[in-house]
Amino acid sequence: MSIAVTTQFICFAVLSLVIIVGALGVVLLENIVYSAFLLGGVFMSVAGLYLLLNASFVAAAQVLVYVGAINVLILFAIMLVNKKEDLKPMKYLNSRRLISTTICITLLSLLIRVDLSKVWKIANPNLSIGEESTVRIGEHLFSDYLLPFEVASVLLLMAMIGAIVLARRDVLTKDISTGLPVDQELIEKSDKPLLIKKN
Amino acid sequence: MNFESIPLQGFLIVSSILFCIGIWGLLNSRNAVRVLMSIELMLNAVNLNLMAFSSYVDNNLIQGQVFSIFVITVAAAEAAVGLAILLSLYRNRVTVDMESFNLLKW
Repeated sequence: MSIAVTTQFICFAVLSLVIIVGALGVVLLENIVYSAFLLGGVFMSVAGLYLLLNASFVAAAQVLVYVGAINVLILFAIMLVNKKEDLKPMKYLNSRRLISTTICITLLSLLIRVDLSKVWKIANPNLSIGEESTVRIGEHLFSDYLLPFEVASVLLLMAMIGAIVLARRDVLTKDISTGLPVDQELIEKSDKPLLIKKN
Repeated sequence: MNFESIPLQGFLIVSSILFCIGIWGLLNSRNAVRVLMSIELMLNAVNLNLMAFSSYVDNNLIQGQVFSIFVITVAAAEAAVGLAILLSLYRNRVTVDMESFNLLKW
């Protein structure tokens, strides 16, 4: 990609700002639907950073898989479980918040210190593969990464079957005692949740 | 691309901040869907790290990009199974509050 240095800096600053503010919104906003849409914005901005890093194929994969599949899946899950409920008060909520925030800030300062203190061996930019990266990824996937590539397909199949098995509701087509066909809607209505405390 | 332009450390710091926000959300969310979203944020931070290193340190044999494609694949599978587990939990407990999923707690 050949855009001017100043443009690159402006793009990087804007995308980083959107990522950080969006991620904070994802974890801090009350309404979970806003969080899901902000998550889509974060994914798009990460794809923009990938474009700045000369990786057009991964940027496209990011947009397709994360924004197109995972974000939509999360929105559907929110629609299916969206119930206004008042959360029960928790003991030691403030001290839990305090401890976890301290841990996160400590980890962040550690990571930033490592990032800034270590001198990374930067490769020669003239050897950069640049726009040919898609071809190189294809070569990798069908030579030295062939086994993980094939295993990934099995993993996706297993995840698909597992998701179907986990999410489907058991339905009976026949009444066990009489053998007559049953009314599915009645089962749906009478199917009480199993693990609620009855008191 | 002129790699003196944006330092590698810029990308690393952005991904560190994203990762820590993800951990904070994972620890502090009461809503199970938000926990899954935080996991996705953390996976994105790791991917950004891999991509930055592949572009700056290994810019000819971009193995980091292949790795991040595998990470994206596994993240998609994880999201599908995670949301299915969430639906199953919601059907049994009629809540998405993380504090009420304590069947295995002593």
